[in-house]
Amino acid sequence: MALDTVKHAEENPNTTQPYKELGLKDDEYESIKKILGRRPTSSELAMYSVMWSEHCSYKSSKIHLKQFGDKAVKSEALLVGIGENAGVVDVGQGYAVTFKIESHNHPSYIEPYQGAATGVGGIVRDILTMGARPIAVMDPLRFGDPENPDTRRVLPGIVSGIGGYGNCLGLPNIGGEIVFDDSYQGNPLVNALCIGVMKHSDIKLATAHGAGNLVVLFGAKTGGDGIGGVSVLASETFSESKPTKRPAVQVGDPFAEKVLIECSLEIFKEDLVVGIQDLGGAGLSCATSELASAGSGGMDIRLETVPLRDPSLSPEEILMSESQERMCAIVEPAKLKRFMQICKKWDVTATVIGEVTTGTRLNITFNGELIVDVPPRTVAHDGPVYNRPISKPKYLDSLKPVSVPLPATPDEIKAAVLKLMAAPNIADKSWVTNQYDRYVQGNTVLSQPEDSGVIRIDTATNLGVAISTDANARWSYLNPYEGAKLALLESCRNIATNGAKPLAVTNCLNFGSPEDPEVMWQFSETVRGLADACLELGLPVTGGNVSFYNQTGTVAILPTPVIGVLGVVQDVTKRTPMGIKPNQVIYVIGNVDDNFSGSEWAYIHGKQIGDHSPVANLDMEERLVKLLLEGQPIFEAAHDISNGGFAASISEMVMRTNVGATINLEGKVAAELLAETPGRVIVAINEASTNEIVALAGKYQIPVRCVGTTGGNYLTINGAAISIDELRDANTGVFEALFG
Amino acid sequence: MRIGVVTFPGSLDDRSALRAIELAGGVAVPLFHGTNDLKEVQAVILPGGFSYGDYLRCGAISRFSPIMESIILAAEHGFPVLGICNGFQILCESHLLPGALTRNADLHFICADQKVSIESTNTPWTRGYTKGQEIVIPIKNGEGSFQCSDETLKELEDEGRVVLRYVGKNPNGSRNLIAGISNKRGNVVGVMPHPEQAIENLTGPSEDGLMFFSSILKEMVSK
Repeated sequence: MALDTVKHAEENPNTTQPYKELGLKDDEYESIKKILGRRPTSSELAMYSVMWSEHCSYKSSKIHLKQFGDKAVKSEALLVGIGENAGVVDVGQGYAVTFKIESHNHPSYIEPYQGAATGVGGIVRDILTMGARPIAVMDPLRFGDPENPDTRRVLPGIVSGIGGYGNCLGLPNIGGEIVFDDSYQGNPLVNALCIGVMKHSDIKLATAHGAGNLVVLFGAKTGGDGIGGVSVLASETFSESKPTKRPAVQVGDPFAEKVLIECSLEIFKEDLVVGIQDLGGAGLSCATSELASAGSGGMDIRLETVPLRDPSLSPEEILMSESQERMCAIVEPAKLKRFMQICKKWDVTATVIGEVTTGTRLNITFNGELIVDVPPRTVAHDGPVYNRPISKPKYLDSLKPVSVPLPATPDEIKAAVLKLMAAPNIADKSWVTNQYDRYVQGNTVLSQPEDSGVIRIDTATNLGVAISTDANARWSYLNPYEGAKLALLESCRNIATNGAKPLAVTNCLNFGSPEDPEVMWQFSETVRGLADACLELGLPVTGGNVSFYNQTGTVAILPTPVIGVLGVVQDVTKRTPMGIKPNQVIYVIGNVDDNFSGSEWAYIHGKQIGDHSPVANLDMEERLVKLLLEGQPIFEAAHDISNGGFAASISEMVMRTNVGATINLEGKVAAELLAETPGRVIVAINEASTNEIVALAGKYQIPVRCVGTTGGNYLTINGAAISIDELRDANTGVFEALFG
Repeated sequence: MRIGVVTFPGSLDDRSALRAIELAGGVAVPLFHGTNDLKEVQAVILPGGFSYGDYLRCGAISRFSPIMESIILAAEHGFPVLGICNGFQILCESHLLPGALTRNADLHFICADQKVSIESTNTPWTRGYTKGQEIVIPIKNGEGSFQCSDETLKELEDEGRVVLRYVGKNPNGSRNLIAGISNKRGNVVGVMPHPEQAIENLTGPSEDGLMFFSSILKEMVSK
């Protein structure tokens, strides 16, 4: 086919274009024509289609996400906010930390290994692009029924893709989640989080300033992988009748990325770039249009200079390719020589593909012929915005209260604890986490199964950061407004339990189709809840990611807002781990109620969800965080109570260090044991600290109760004696049996 | 006392090894694969990682790096070399050590706190331990299963060249539970577990690994 140049487009206004196949709607195609005053060339169409896809443009979510800005508190800690590749937070001592979560759900379902691997690769480049050295990753994962054969295809592949890529990059994997629920069958969630650290002065932005500065593409060569990945994969619901879409999944090369990281960090260290952007979703289309629109607007690109792995690629394909491990930098001509020397040292291919101009348009030529002539902002930021219809889901009118057995006798309690600990959602996850390197870089202070991951960032001062991700999708299903708040609170509580002060929030919002008004209602309530809670707690949202279309046919996943909270630990040597030691006294902080809705205990009895979520008590949880931080010096061990209630948390503490405990629960024993009422933490102290914990409880107006002591080889709860071996037998080997 | 750590493209534990040398009281010298300059170091460590992405075979490409020419030459004259994980694989590919490291028996990458016993204190890297001492240091690899011919195995055992042995369940299918070996002279040692990740209780399972670095420093002082 002849090259569809701008001139050709002007001369042939009535050419039929495959905009629908590229995912654009009729009115979207019309607006492109209006912007350009003519029909787009095929290359322009390719660019608009990927950049205006749901994944890149946030067209359905934008109108709601605005709340994160509107309701935001002024935070002095926030150095770079929403809109850049990742938010940056001041953590003191001249250090800045950047962190972000992204989804790679759809590619991971189609091709689990590569989908998950490139999910890690993409988020790591986002962090690197800010000027930071990536220091850790985390992976919140969700799968369908563990017994389903397809889960056995998807889960091992995803785990091995995350490990295969992350291990090779030398990034410790310090936590995450693995949750099973039937709604994720056919729509597994693969969210990837990365944290990076830099000095304040090293922050880099994605901007193309200064006419005459050069546009340099460096990293891997461009190939045919991932073409249309964004528009065709991420923005369309899977349908059983359409052909398999495997070719649109990108393929990762972690070695190329590792070298790219070291090369980029050396380039940053010598301050050789004006601006930088990674190439991920939408490839060159995204990088050039975003860099140009964040700068003065003008940029010339010579597309034939892009180094290709497959010389047969058309200009449209080069623009759309999502080949991994590529970066695009804006470099002053005087610094180009040194830039190229560093690339050569690391054997990284680097090519000047264009320059910043004084104009306002992004012009792309191919062998001298003009094929793209657009205002870059219209591609990058002025995509369509939809105010999609919302309606409260009908399922909310037919929810049924939970009906579960309430263990009371020692035999019943023992049976309940062992049954719970063997449930896949509660079972030991080391079959998964042992496939990830948690030690590399030598700064991992805490990692899974602890409440949060804690990383030392300065070996001299012991300054560190803690991070946790949480979601309780069942509560979000029952009440997305409260569910979002509760996920945020749990994440804050998790890091505070280990001794970190919450500082900033990121999120990955996983939902069904935005074209379904009921899904859109779940989404809008979620954003409202999260924004309200962040405002009240004074925590800035530094960025996030929305993943829609997680549904097969008409069945959407449970609304799953994964919330990540970053905190600072002034002295990581003082962190509080979860393992108990003999001769300690165990306290429960916080009160329980007898709502089993959304609990694991309800789920393992006929997959019940129940009828009402807890209501988030922000005021109390804020006081709880303060209590945890002030009490840190007296807490010998601490563990949050969440999934599986007190029973799961105390069992995990016992198994962590092989030290038993004797517990006496009073009142509604079954609820004390198995309900998942938020806002509760188990702590172990020395008996000598009794007065202090009572004083803290008084000061922060939060009830604390002594429930037992530590020691021995048994976990004994109200007379039910369970040996640590029995606990371990129930809790371990579950994943090996299912997936090994 | 200057000890070098080589960074190959894809090395990961190079900075941890440098830190371990410093914690043990030595001067840590970063070395780069692309030159043959050993910068007057008195011993060298080949760190863990995925040099060249483990493509072809682990260590097979790094073995041809310019710096390996200098290291191979020096090692043949008694220069102390420690290869950790990927470094061990490079030493095998360089034929400084016999045998090969193959895919773990369960085909998975394994990261775990591993108990190993010190089988030989007759190397400059392990002299500070006591023979039979059990230590806990991490393993983290996908290809850590030590394999060799029956003949080589007999030679290694008879000559006391097994330096580290896994204790308990065999984590990866290694022959005779071998976790580390030395050359005949004892100056070249390769270990799969990571002593440089067990140098502080805060960040590792123990401090048991630090003695590898203290041992070599002590050895050099006494020379």
